[in-house]
Amino acid sequence: MSTPINAALSRSVAVVGVGNAPYGSFPDKDEYALAAEAFTQALQDSGLEKSQIDGIGVCRIPSYARMGEVLGIDPRWTLTLPAHGRMSGISIVEALAALHSGIAAYIVLLYSNIGRSRRMNYGGDEMPNVWDPWGFTSPGAGHAMMFRRHMELYGTTTRQLAEISVAFRKHACLNPDAVMKKPISIDDHENSRPITAPLRLLDYCQINDGACCMILTTAERARDLRRPPVYIAGVGARDNFRDSSLPNFSADFWYAALQDVAEQAYTMAGLGTQDVNALMAYDNFSPTVLFSLEGLGFCKRGESGAFVEGGRLALGGALPSNTDGGHLSNSYMQGWALNVESVRQLRGELGARQVAGCKVVQYVAATPCTRSIIYTLD
Amino acid sequence: MDTLKMNNASAYTKPLPRPDPELKPFWDFARLGQFAAQRCRDCAHVHFPPGPVCPACLSSSQEWFATSGRGTLFSWVAFHHPYWDCVKPALPYNVVMVQLEEGPLIASNLVDENLQGLKLGMAVEAVFEAIPGDMYLPKFKLRAR
Ligand SMILES: [Zn+2]
Repeated sequence: MSTPINAALSRSVAVVGVGNAPYGSFPDKDEYALAAEAFTQALQDSGLEKSQIDGIGVCRIPSYARMGEVLGIDPRWTLTLPAHGRMSGISIVEALAALHSGIAAYIVLLYSNIGRSRRMNYGGDEMPNVWDPWGFTSPGAGHAMMFRRHMELYGTTTRQLAEISVAFRKHACLNPDAVMKKPISIDDHENSRPITAPLRLLDYCQINDGACCMILTTAERARDLRRPPVYIAGVGARDNFRDSSLPNFSADFWYAALQDVAEQAYTMAGLGTQDVNALMAYDNFSPTVLFSLEGLGFCKRGESGAFVEGGRLALGGALPSNTDGGHLSNSYMQGWALNVESVRQLRGELGARQVAGCKVVQYVAATPCTRSIIYTLD
Repeated sequence: MDTLKMNNASAYTKPLPRPDPELKPFWDFARLGQFAAQRCRDCAHVHFPPGPVCPACLSSSQEWFATSGRGTLFSWVAFHHPYWDCVKPALPYNVVMVQLEEGPLIASNLVDENLQGLKLGMAVEAVFEAIPGDMYLPKFKLRAR
Protein backbone atom coordinates (compact mmCIF):
# COMPACT_ATOMS: atom_id res chain seq x y z
CA MET A 1 0.00 0.00 0.00
CA SER A 2 1.02 3.60 -0.54
CA THR A 3 2.61 5.90 1.98
CA PRO A 4 -0.27 7.62 3.82
CA ILE A 5 -1.12 11.16 2.75
CA ASN A 6 -0.20 13.79 5.35
CA ALA A 7 -3.15 13.70 7.77
CA ALA A 8 -2.90 17.47 8.24
CA LEU A 9 -4.39 17.88 4.75
CA SER A 10 -7.67 16.39 5.87
CA ARG A 11 -10.36 19.09 6.10
CA SER A 12 -7.71 21.79 5.59
CA VAL A 13 -9.32 22.91 2.33
CA ALA A 14 -12.95 23.50 1.40
CA VAL A 15 -15.04 24.07 -1.69
CA VAL A 16 -16.71 27.46 -1.28
CA GLY A 17 -18.29 28.09 -4.66
CA VAL A 18 -19.69 25.97 -7.48
CA GLY A 19 -21.34 26.76 -10.77
CA ASN A 20 -22.25 25.26 -14.10
CA ALA A 21 -23.19 26.57 -17.51
CA PRO A 22 -26.26 25.00 -19.13
CA TYR A 23 -25.78 21.53 -20.64
CA GLY A 24 -26.75 20.82 -24.21
CA SER A 25 -25.70 21.87 -27.70
CA PHE A 26 -24.31 25.38 -28.17
CA PRO A 27 -22.77 25.67 -31.62
CA ASP A 28 -22.58 29.48 -31.31
CA LYS A 29 -20.44 29.44 -28.17
CA ASP A 30 -16.89 28.41 -27.42
CA GLU A 31 -15.12 26.94 -24.40
CA TYR A 32 -14.38 30.36 -22.94
CA ALA A 33 -17.97 31.57 -23.12
CA LEU A 34 -19.28 28.48 -21.35
CA ALA A 35 -16.51 28.62 -18.74
CA ALA A 36 -17.22 32.30 -18.09
CA GLU A 37 -20.85 31.47 -17.35
CA ALA A 38 -19.86 28.75 -14.89
CA PHE A 39 -17.28 31.01 -13.27
CA THR A 40 -19.68 33.93 -12.82
CA GLN A 41 -22.16 31.61 -11.13
CA ALA A 42 -19.52 30.05 -8.85
CA LEU A 43 -18.05 33.41 -7.88
CA GLN A 44 -21.48 34.71 -6.95
CA ASP A 45 -22.13 31.51 -5.02
CA SER A 46 -18.92 31.98 -3.02
CA GLY A 47 -19.38 35.68 -2.28
CA LEU A 48 -15.73 36.30 -3.17
CA GLU A 49 -14.47 39.25 -5.19
CA LYS A 50 -12.86 38.31 -8.48
CA SER A 51 -9.70 40.13 -7.38
CA GLN A 52 -9.24 37.62 -4.57
CA ILE A 53 -8.74 34.69 -6.98
CA ASP A 54 -5.02 33.95 -7.20
CA GLY A 55 -5.04 30.45 -8.67
CA ILE A 56 -6.57 29.14 -11.88
CA GLY A 57 -6.70 25.57 -13.13
CA VAL A 58 -8.19 24.81 -16.52
CA CYS A 59 -9.17 21.47 -18.00
CA ARG A 60 -10.15 20.81 -21.64
CA ILE A 61 -9.84 24.56 -22.21
CA PRO A 62 -7.35 25.28 -25.01
CA SER A 63 -5.44 28.18 -23.41
CA TYR A 64 -5.04 29.03 -19.74
CA ALA A 65 -3.77 32.46 -20.79
CA ARG A 66 -6.82 33.23 -22.90
CA MET A 67 -9.02 32.01 -20.04
CA GLY A 68 -7.28 34.42 -17.67
CA GLU A 69 -7.67 37.19 -20.22
CA VAL A 70 -11.37 36.47 -20.70
CA LEU A 71 -11.98 36.53 -16.94
CA GLY A 72 -9.53 39.35 -16.19
CA ILE A 73 -7.43 37.35 -13.73
CA ASP A 74 -3.65 37.43 -13.18
CA PRO A 75 -3.08 34.49 -10.84
CA ARG A 76 0.08 33.28 -9.12
CA TRP A 77 -0.81 29.60 -9.56
CA THR A 78 -1.73 28.20 -12.97
CA LEU A 79 -2.44 24.63 -13.97
CA THR A 80 -3.55 23.29 -17.32
CA LEU A 81 -4.76 19.75 -17.85
CA PRO A 82 -5.94 17.93 -20.96
CA ALA A 83 -9.37 16.78 -22.03
CA HIS A 84 -9.48 13.52 -20.11
CA GLY A 85 -12.12 12.70 -17.52
CA ARG A 86 -9.46 11.46 -15.17
CA MET A 87 -8.14 15.04 -14.91
CA SER A 88 -11.00 16.36 -12.76
CA GLY A 89 -9.91 14.43 -9.68
CA ILE A 90 -6.27 15.26 -10.42
CA SER A 91 -7.09 18.99 -10.59
CA ILE A 92 -8.86 18.95 -7.23
CA VAL A 93 -6.01 17.08 -5.53
CA GLU A 94 -3.49 19.54 -6.99
CA ALA A 95 -5.57 22.49 -5.77
CA LEU A 96 -5.73 20.93 -2.30
CA ALA A 97 -1.94 20.66 -2.18
CA ALA A 98 -1.41 24.19 -3.45
CA LEU A 99 -3.86 25.73 -0.98
CA HIS A 100 -2.54 23.74 1.96
CA SER A 101 1.01 24.80 1.15
CA GLY A 102 0.05 28.46 0.80
CA ILE A 103 1.16 28.75 -2.81
CA ALA A 104 -2.32 30.10 -3.52
CA ALA A 105 -5.19 31.32 -1.33
CA TYR A 106 -8.26 31.10 -3.58
CA ILE A 107 -8.21 28.71 -6.51
CA VAL A 108 -10.73 28.50 -9.32
CA LEU A 109 -10.95 25.27 -11.31
CA LEU A 110 -12.63 25.52 -14.69
CA TYR A 111 -13.76 22.84 -17.09
CA SER A 112 -15.42 23.47 -20.41
CA ASN A 113 -16.49 21.09 -23.16
CA ILE A 114 -17.74 21.96 -26.62
CA GLY A 115 -17.40 18.39 -27.92
CA ARG A 116 -20.95 18.08 -29.13
CA SER A 117 -20.84 21.15 -31.28
CA ARG A 118 -17.39 20.07 -32.54
CA ARG A 119 -18.95 16.72 -33.52
CA MET A 120 -16.50 14.56 -31.61
CA ASN A 121 -16.65 10.90 -32.63
CA TYR A 122 -14.43 9.40 -29.88
CA GLY A 123 -12.79 6.77 -32.01
CA GLY A 124 -11.41 5.98 -35.46
CA ASP A 125 -9.08 8.49 -37.10
CA GLU A 126 -9.75 11.00 -34.32
CA MET A 127 -7.93 8.74 -31.83
CA PRO A 128 -5.31 6.77 -33.76
CA ASN A 129 -3.73 3.85 -31.92
CA VAL A 130 -1.63 0.78 -32.58
CA TRP A 131 -4.68 -1.53 -32.80
CA ASP A 132 -6.45 0.34 -35.63
CA PRO A 133 -5.64 -2.36 -38.23
CA TRP A 134 -7.79 -4.76 -36.19
CA GLY A 135 -10.54 -2.18 -35.74
CA PHE A 136 -10.05 -1.84 -31.97
CA THR A 137 -10.87 1.79 -31.23
CA SER A 138 -12.90 4.09 -28.95
CA PRO A 139 -12.94 4.37 -25.14
CA GLY A 140 -16.17 2.40 -24.92
CA ALA A 141 -14.57 -0.67 -26.50
CA GLY A 142 -12.10 -1.00 -23.62
CA HIS A 143 -14.99 -0.96 -21.18
CA ALA A 144 -16.88 -3.50 -23.28
CA MET A 145 -13.81 -5.78 -23.10
CA MET A 146 -13.72 -5.44 -19.34
CA PHE A 147 -17.44 -6.00 -18.95
CA ARG A 148 -17.37 -9.14 -21.13
CA ARG A 149 -14.60 -10.47 -18.90
CA HIS A 150 -16.56 -9.56 -15.77
CA MET A 151 -19.60 -11.41 -17.17
CA GLU A 152 -17.55 -14.51 -17.89
CA LEU A 153 -15.67 -14.48 -14.58
CA TYR A 154 -18.51 -13.63 -12.23
CA GLY A 155 -21.77 -14.24 -14.09
CA THR A 156 -22.67 -10.54 -14.19
CA THR A 157 -25.54 -9.83 -16.59
CA THR A 158 -26.50 -6.95 -18.85
CA ARG A 159 -29.78 -6.65 -16.94
CA GLN A 160 -27.75 -5.96 -13.81
CA LEU A 161 -25.73 -3.40 -15.74
CA ALA A 162 -29.00 -1.82 -16.83
CA GLU A 163 -29.82 -1.06 -13.19
CA ILE A 164 -27.14 1.64 -13.29
CA SER A 165 -28.44 3.39 -16.40
CA VAL A 166 -32.02 3.15 -15.13
CA ALA A 167 -31.18 4.57 -11.67
CA PHE A 168 -29.18 7.47 -13.07
CA ARG A 169 -31.87 8.32 -15.62
CA LYS A 170 -34.36 8.42 -12.76
CA HIS A 171 -32.12 11.01 -11.08
CA ALA A 172 -31.73 13.03 -14.27
CA CYS A 173 -35.51 13.30 -14.44
CA LEU A 174 -35.29 15.21 -11.14
CA ASN A 175 -32.51 17.50 -12.38
CA PRO A 176 -33.64 20.54 -14.38
CA ASP A 177 -30.13 20.89 -15.87
CA ALA A 178 -29.95 17.31 -17.17
CA VAL A 179 -29.86 16.61 -20.89
CA MET A 180 -31.66 13.23 -20.84
CA LYS A 181 -34.99 13.38 -19.04
CA LYS A 182 -37.07 10.59 -20.57
CA PRO A 183 -37.51 7.72 -18.09
CA ILE A 184 -36.09 4.36 -19.16
CA SER A 185 -36.63 0.78 -18.01
CA ILE A 186 -34.36 -2.24 -17.86
CA ASP A 187 -36.06 -3.52 -21.00
CA ASP A 188 -35.37 -0.22 -22.79
CA HIS A 189 -31.70 -0.76 -21.94
CA GLU A 190 -31.79 -4.33 -23.23
CA ASN A 191 -33.48 -3.20 -26.45
CA SER A 192 -31.16 -0.28 -27.18
CA ARG A 193 -28.80 -0.74 -30.09
CA PRO A 194 -25.49 -2.48 -29.48
CA ILE A 195 -22.39 -0.27 -29.96
CA THR A 196 -19.54 -2.50 -28.82
CA ALA A 197 -21.44 -5.57 -27.58
CA PRO A 198 -21.96 -6.46 -24.78
CA LEU A 199 -22.35 -2.67 -24.31
CA ARG A 200 -25.35 -0.87 -25.75
CA LEU A 201 -26.25 2.73 -26.41
CA LEU A 202 -27.67 3.17 -22.90
CA ASP A 203 -24.35 2.09 -21.37
CA TYR A 204 -22.64 5.03 -23.07
CA CYS A 205 -22.40 8.54 -21.75
CA GLN A 206 -23.82 11.18 -23.98
CA ILE A 207 -21.74 13.87 -25.65
CA ASN A 208 -22.86 17.42 -24.86
CA ASP A 209 -21.52 20.92 -24.37
CA GLY A 210 -21.29 22.61 -21.00
CA ALA A 211 -18.96 23.90 -18.30
CA CYS A 212 -18.36 23.54 -14.56
CA CYS A 213 -16.53 25.64 -12.02
CA MET A 214 -15.33 25.04 -8.46
CA ILE A 215 -13.74 27.59 -6.14
CA LEU A 216 -11.61 26.32 -3.26
CA THR A 217 -9.81 27.93 -0.35
CA THR A 218 -8.41 26.97 3.04
CA ALA A 219 -10.80 25.86 5.78
CA GLU A 220 -9.89 28.91 7.83
CA ARG A 221 -10.79 31.37 5.05
CA ALA A 222 -13.86 29.33 4.12
CA ARG A 223 -15.56 29.90 7.47
CA ASP A 224 -16.09 33.60 6.74
CA LEU A 225 -17.75 33.04 3.37
CA ARG A 226 -21.35 32.99 2.19
CA ARG A 227 -21.98 29.26 1.89
CA PRO A 228 -21.42 26.39 4.32
CA PRO A 229 -17.90 25.09 3.60
CA VAL A 230 -17.69 21.62 2.11
CA TYR A 231 -14.43 20.10 3.30
CA ILE A 232 -12.10 17.79 1.43
CA ALA A 233 -11.74 15.16 4.13
CA GLY A 234 -9.83 12.55 2.17
CA VAL A 235 -8.21 11.94 -1.20
CA GLY A 236 -6.57 8.95 -2.80
CA ALA A 237 -4.65 8.46 -6.03
CA ARG A 238 -3.10 5.68 -8.09
CA ASP A 239 -2.25 5.58 -11.79
CA ASN A 240 -1.93 2.56 -14.08
CA PHE A 241 0.14 3.33 -17.14
CA ARG A 242 1.76 0.01 -17.97
CA ASP A 243 -0.90 -1.14 -20.41
CA SER A 244 -1.73 2.29 -21.78
CA SER A 245 -1.61 1.07 -25.37
CA LEU A 246 -4.83 -0.81 -24.65
CA PRO A 247 -6.86 2.36 -24.20
CA ASN A 248 -9.36 2.66 -21.37
CA PHE A 249 -8.73 -0.92 -20.38
CA SER A 250 -7.59 -2.54 -17.17
CA ALA A 251 -6.97 -6.28 -16.90
CA ASP A 252 -8.05 -6.22 -13.23
CA PHE A 253 -10.87 -3.66 -13.57
CA TRP A 254 -8.61 -1.14 -11.75
CA TYR A 255 -9.20 -3.25 -8.65
CA ALA A 256 -5.71 -2.93 -7.14
CA ALA A 257 -5.60 0.81 -7.86
CA LEU A 258 -9.05 1.33 -6.33
CA GLN A 259 -8.11 -0.64 -3.22
CA ASP A 260 -5.01 1.53 -2.84
CA VAL A 261 -7.05 4.71 -3.40
CA ALA A 262 -9.70 3.58 -0.90
CA GLU A 263 -7.08 2.91 1.76
CA GLN A 264 -5.54 6.37 1.25
CA ALA A 265 -8.83 8.27 1.16
CA TYR A 266 -10.62 6.48 4.01
CA THR A 267 -7.55 6.60 6.27
CA MET A 268 -7.06 10.31 5.61
CA ALA A 269 -10.75 11.05 6.21
CA GLY A 270 -11.11 8.73 9.19
CA LEU A 271 -14.17 7.26 7.47
CA GLY A 272 -15.21 4.06 5.72
CA THR A 273 -17.72 2.84 3.15
CA GLN A 274 -20.39 2.57 5.85
CA ASP A 275 -20.19 6.35 6.40
CA VAL A 276 -20.85 7.33 2.77
CA ASN A 277 -24.33 8.84 2.28
CA ALA A 278 -24.00 9.30 -1.48
CA LEU A 279 -21.54 8.04 -4.06
CA MET A 280 -20.55 9.91 -7.21
CA ALA A 281 -18.92 7.35 -9.48
CA TYR A 282 -17.37 8.35 -12.80
CA ASP A 283 -19.65 6.76 -15.39
CA ASN A 284 -18.34 7.40 -18.88
CA PHE A 285 -19.59 3.84 -19.43
CA SER A 286 -21.84 2.01 -17.00
CA PRO A 287 -19.40 -0.83 -16.13
CA THR A 288 -17.02 1.57 -14.34
CA VAL A 289 -19.64 1.97 -11.63
CA LEU A 290 -19.51 -1.78 -10.94
CA PHE A 291 -15.70 -1.72 -10.85
CA SER A 292 -15.74 1.28 -8.48
CA LEU A 293 -18.12 -0.43 -6.05
CA GLU A 294 -15.91 -3.51 -5.87
CA GLY A 295 -12.59 -1.69 -5.69
CA LEU A 296 -13.68 0.71 -2.96
CA GLY A 297 -15.13 -2.18 -0.96
CA PHE A 298 -18.85 -1.38 -1.07
CA CYS A 299 -19.32 -5.02 -2.05
CA LYS A 300 -17.12 -8.07 -2.50
CA ARG A 301 -15.11 -8.63 -5.63
CA GLY A 302 -17.30 -10.01 -8.41
CA GLU A 303 -20.55 -9.24 -6.56
CA SER A 304 -21.31 -5.77 -7.90
CA GLY A 305 -23.93 -7.07 -10.34
CA ALA A 306 -26.10 -8.45 -7.55
CA PHE A 307 -25.27 -5.40 -5.38
CA VAL A 308 -26.86 -2.91 -7.80
CA GLU A 309 -30.05 -4.94 -8.30
CA GLY A 310 -33.35 -3.62 -6.98
CA GLY A 311 -32.43 0.04 -7.35
CA ARG A 312 -29.78 0.14 -4.64
CA LEU A 313 -28.05 3.06 -6.39
CA ALA A 314 -31.27 5.02 -6.92
CA LEU A 315 -32.52 7.75 -4.61
CA GLY A 316 -34.32 5.93 -1.82
CA GLY A 317 -31.94 2.98 -2.17
CA ALA A 318 -29.17 2.12 0.28
CA LEU A 319 -26.44 3.91 -1.69
CA PRO A 320 -27.82 6.76 -3.80
CA SER A 321 -25.28 7.39 -6.54
CA ASN A 322 -24.80 9.99 -9.26
CA THR A 323 -27.84 11.86 -8.05
CA ASP A 324 -27.56 14.42 -10.86
CA GLY A 325 -27.93 11.68 -13.48
CA GLY A 326 -24.20 11.21 -14.02
CA HIS A 327 -22.47 11.23 -17.38
CA LEU A 328 -25.00 8.71 -18.61
CA SER A 329 -27.98 11.05 -18.28
CA ASN A 330 -27.08 14.46 -16.82
CA SER A 331 -24.08 15.79 -18.68
CA TYR A 332 -20.72 14.72 -20.06
CA MET A 333 -18.72 16.98 -17.77
CA GLN A 334 -15.97 14.38 -17.24
CA GLY A 335 -16.21 14.13 -13.46
CA TRP A 336 -16.67 17.84 -12.81
CA ALA A 337 -20.45 17.84 -12.55
CA LEU A 338 -20.24 14.91 -10.10
CA ASN A 339 -17.93 16.96 -7.86
CA VAL A 340 -20.25 19.97 -8.10
CA GLU A 341 -23.16 17.66 -7.23
CA SER A 342 -21.22 16.38 -4.19
CA VAL A 343 -20.98 19.93 -2.88
CA ARG A 344 -24.65 20.69 -3.51
CA GLN A 345 -25.74 17.44 -1.82
CA LEU A 346 -23.80 18.33 1.31
CA ARG A 347 -25.23 21.84 1.36
CA GLY A 348 -28.73 20.33 1.10
CA GLU A 349 -29.70 22.39 -1.94
CA LEU A 350 -31.14 19.74 -4.20
CA GLY A 351 -34.87 19.59 -3.52
CA ALA A 352 -36.42 16.52 -5.16
CA ARG A 353 -33.08 14.77 -5.53
CA GLN A 354 -31.68 15.67 -2.11
CA VAL A 355 -30.31 12.80 -0.01
CA ALA A 356 -31.73 13.37 3.48
CA GLY A 357 -29.17 13.96 6.22
CA CYS A 358 -26.29 13.93 3.77
CA LYS A 359 -22.97 14.34 5.63
CA VAL A 360 -20.42 12.37 3.59
CA VAL A 361 -20.19 12.19 -0.20
CA GLN A 362 -17.53 10.25 -2.07
CA TYR A 363 -16.37 10.89 -5.62
CA VAL A 364 -14.47 8.17 -7.44
CA ALA A 365 -13.08 7.83 -10.94
CA ALA A 366 -11.92 4.33 -11.89
CA THR A 367 -9.68 5.19 -14.82
CA PRO A 368 -6.00 4.86 -15.74
CA CYS A 369 -5.60 7.72 -13.23
CA THR A 370 -7.83 6.50 -10.41
CA ARG A 371 -8.84 9.20 -7.94
CA SER A 372 -11.27 9.49 -5.08
CA ILE A 373 -12.28 12.52 -3.05
CA ILE A 374 -14.31 12.37 0.14
CA TYR A 375 -16.30 15.52 0.90
CA THR A 376 -17.77 16.22 4.34
CA LEU A 377 -19.69 18.95 6.15
CA ASP A 378 -17.48 18.79 9.22
CA MET B 1 2.63 -20.67 -42.79
CA ASP B 2 -1.08 -20.52 -42.14
CA THR B 3 -2.36 -17.72 -44.34
CA LEU B 4 -5.73 -16.45 -45.43
CA LYS B 5 -6.40 -15.20 -48.91
CA MET B 6 -7.05 -11.56 -49.57
CA ASN B 7 -10.48 -10.59 -50.71
CA ASN B 8 -10.93 -7.96 -53.36
CA ALA B 9 -8.49 -5.22 -52.24
CA SER B 10 -10.92 -2.38 -52.94
CA ALA B 11 -13.38 -4.05 -50.57
CA TYR B 12 -10.93 -4.24 -47.69
CA THR B 13 -12.85 -3.29 -44.56
CA LYS B 14 -10.24 -2.34 -41.95
CA PRO B 15 -7.93 0.66 -41.63
CA LEU B 16 -4.56 -0.22 -43.17
CA PRO B 17 -1.47 -0.10 -40.95
CA ARG B 18 0.14 3.33 -40.99
CA PRO B 19 3.81 3.49 -41.95
CA ASP B 20 5.63 3.52 -38.60
CA PRO B 21 9.37 2.89 -38.34
CA GLU B 22 9.00 1.57 -34.81
CA LEU B 23 6.61 -1.17 -35.98
CA LYS B 24 8.34 -2.06 -39.25
CA PRO B 25 9.94 -5.20 -37.74
CA PHE B 26 6.51 -6.36 -36.56
CA TRP B 27 5.09 -6.21 -40.09
CA ASP B 28 8.24 -7.79 -41.55
CA PHE B 29 7.84 -10.77 -39.20
CA ALA B 30 4.11 -10.93 -40.04
CA ARG B 31 4.98 -11.30 -43.71
CA LEU B 32 6.88 -14.45 -42.68
CA GLY B 33 3.90 -15.73 -40.72
CA GLN B 34 5.27 -14.83 -37.31
CA PHE B 35 3.80 -12.75 -34.50
CA ALA B 36 6.72 -10.69 -33.26
CA ALA B 37 7.26 -8.91 -29.96
CA GLN B 38 10.14 -7.02 -28.44
CA ARG B 39 12.38 -8.74 -25.88
CA CYS B 40 14.98 -7.22 -23.57
CA ARG B 41 18.44 -8.68 -24.10
CA ASP B 42 19.33 -7.95 -20.47
CA CYS B 43 16.31 -9.17 -18.46
CA ALA B 44 14.27 -11.08 -21.10
CA HIS B 45 11.13 -8.99 -20.47
CA VAL B 46 8.74 -9.31 -23.43
CA HIS B 47 6.58 -6.38 -24.50
CA PHE B 48 4.30 -5.22 -27.30
CA PRO B 49 3.89 -2.56 -28.55
CA PRO B 50 7.60 -1.77 -28.61
CA GLY B 51 9.34 1.04 -26.77
CA PRO B 52 12.74 2.75 -26.78
CA VAL B 53 13.85 1.07 -23.54
CA CYS B 54 12.80 -1.99 -21.56
CA PRO B 55 9.92 -1.01 -19.24
CA ALA B 56 11.23 -3.46 -16.61
CA CYS B 57 14.96 -2.61 -16.41
CA LEU B 58 15.38 0.42 -18.74
CA SER B 59 17.95 -1.35 -20.88
CA SER B 60 18.11 0.00 -24.42
CA SER B 61 19.40 -3.33 -25.69
CA GLN B 62 16.29 -4.91 -27.16
CA GLU B 63 15.49 -7.33 -29.96
CA TRP B 64 12.50 -8.41 -31.99
CA PHE B 65 11.73 -12.13 -31.93
CA ALA B 66 9.01 -14.45 -33.20
CA THR B 67 6.67 -15.47 -30.41
CA SER B 68 4.97 -18.87 -30.48
CA GLY B 69 1.91 -17.12 -31.90
CA ARG B 70 -0.08 -19.02 -29.28
CA GLY B 71 -2.09 -17.60 -26.46
CA THR B 72 -5.36 -17.67 -24.59
CA LEU B 73 -8.57 -15.71 -24.96
CA PHE B 74 -8.73 -12.87 -22.41
CA SER B 75 -11.92 -11.14 -23.60
CA TRP B 76 -13.87 -10.23 -26.72
CA VAL B 77 -16.34 -7.68 -28.09
CA ALA B 78 -18.44 -7.21 -31.21
CA PHE B 79 -18.26 -3.82 -32.92
CA HIS B 80 -21.65 -2.70 -34.23
CA HIS B 81 -20.71 0.96 -34.66
CA PRO B 82 -18.67 2.19 -37.66
CA TYR B 83 -15.87 4.34 -36.23
CA TRP B 84 -14.40 4.27 -39.75
CA ASP B 85 -16.46 4.37 -42.95
CA CYS B 86 -14.49 1.44 -44.39
CA VAL B 87 -15.74 -1.00 -41.74
CA LYS B 88 -19.44 -0.47 -42.48
CA PRO B 89 -19.85 -3.46 -44.83
CA ALA B 90 -18.21 -5.75 -42.26
CA LEU B 91 -20.34 -4.86 -39.23
CA PRO B 92 -20.58 -6.41 -36.78
CA TYR B 93 -16.93 -7.47 -36.54
CA ASN B 94 -15.16 -8.92 -33.54
CA VAL B 95 -12.10 -7.80 -31.63
CA VAL B 96 -10.51 -10.20 -29.18
CA MET B 97 -7.95 -9.68 -26.49
CA VAL B 98 -5.32 -12.40 -26.35
CA GLN B 99 -2.74 -13.11 -23.69
CA LEU B 100 0.29 -14.41 -25.58
CA GLU B 101 2.18 -17.33 -24.04
CA GLU B 102 5.16 -15.01 -23.76
CA GLY B 103 3.18 -12.51 -21.66
CA PRO B 104 1.89 -9.49 -23.60
CA LEU B 105 -1.82 -8.77 -23.77
CA ILE B 106 -2.75 -7.81 -27.33
CA ALA B 107 -5.84 -6.97 -29.38
CA SER B 108 -6.66 -8.77 -32.61
CA ASN B 109 -9.51 -10.44 -34.48
CA LEU B 110 -10.81 -13.98 -34.29
CA VAL B 111 -11.31 -15.59 -37.69
CA ASP B 112 -14.00 -17.88 -36.24
CA GLU B 113 -17.02 -15.70 -36.88
CA ASN B 114 -19.38 -17.14 -34.28
CA LEU B 115 -18.78 -15.67 -30.83
CA GLN B 116 -21.36 -17.92 -29.16
CA GLY B 117 -19.64 -20.51 -27.01
CA LEU B 118 -16.42 -18.56 -26.49
CA LYS B 119 -14.92 -18.97 -23.05
CA LEU B 120 -12.14 -17.18 -21.21
CA GLY B 121 -8.85 -19.02 -21.49
CA MET B 122 -9.64 -20.81 -24.77
CA ALA B 123 -6.47 -21.64 -26.67
CA VAL B 124 -5.84 -19.57 -29.81
CA GLU B 125 -3.10 -19.33 -32.38
CA ALA B 126 -2.10 -16.73 -34.93
CA VAL B 127 -3.02 -16.94 -38.59
CA PHE B 128 -1.96 -14.38 -41.17
CA GLU B 129 -4.30 -12.63 -43.55
CA ALA B 130 -2.98 -10.99 -46.68
CA ILE B 131 -4.01 -7.35 -46.81
CA PRO B 132 -3.42 -4.65 -49.43
CA GLY B 133 0.14 -3.33 -49.73
CA ASP B 134 1.88 -6.73 -49.64
CA MET B 135 1.29 -6.97 -45.91
CA TYR B 136 -0.02 -9.69 -43.63
CA LEU B 137 -2.27 -9.02 -40.66
CA PRO B 138 -1.99 -11.45 -37.75
CA LYS B 139 -5.35 -12.71 -36.55
CA PHE B 140 -6.24 -15.64 -34.31
CA LYS B 141 -8.18 -18.87 -34.58
CA LEU B 142 -9.36 -21.25 -31.90
CA ARG B 143 -6.98 -24.12 -31.37
CA ALA B 144 -7.59 -27.58 -29.91
CA ARG B 145 -5.31 -27.97 -26.89
ZN1 LIG C 1 14.91 -5.42 -19.33
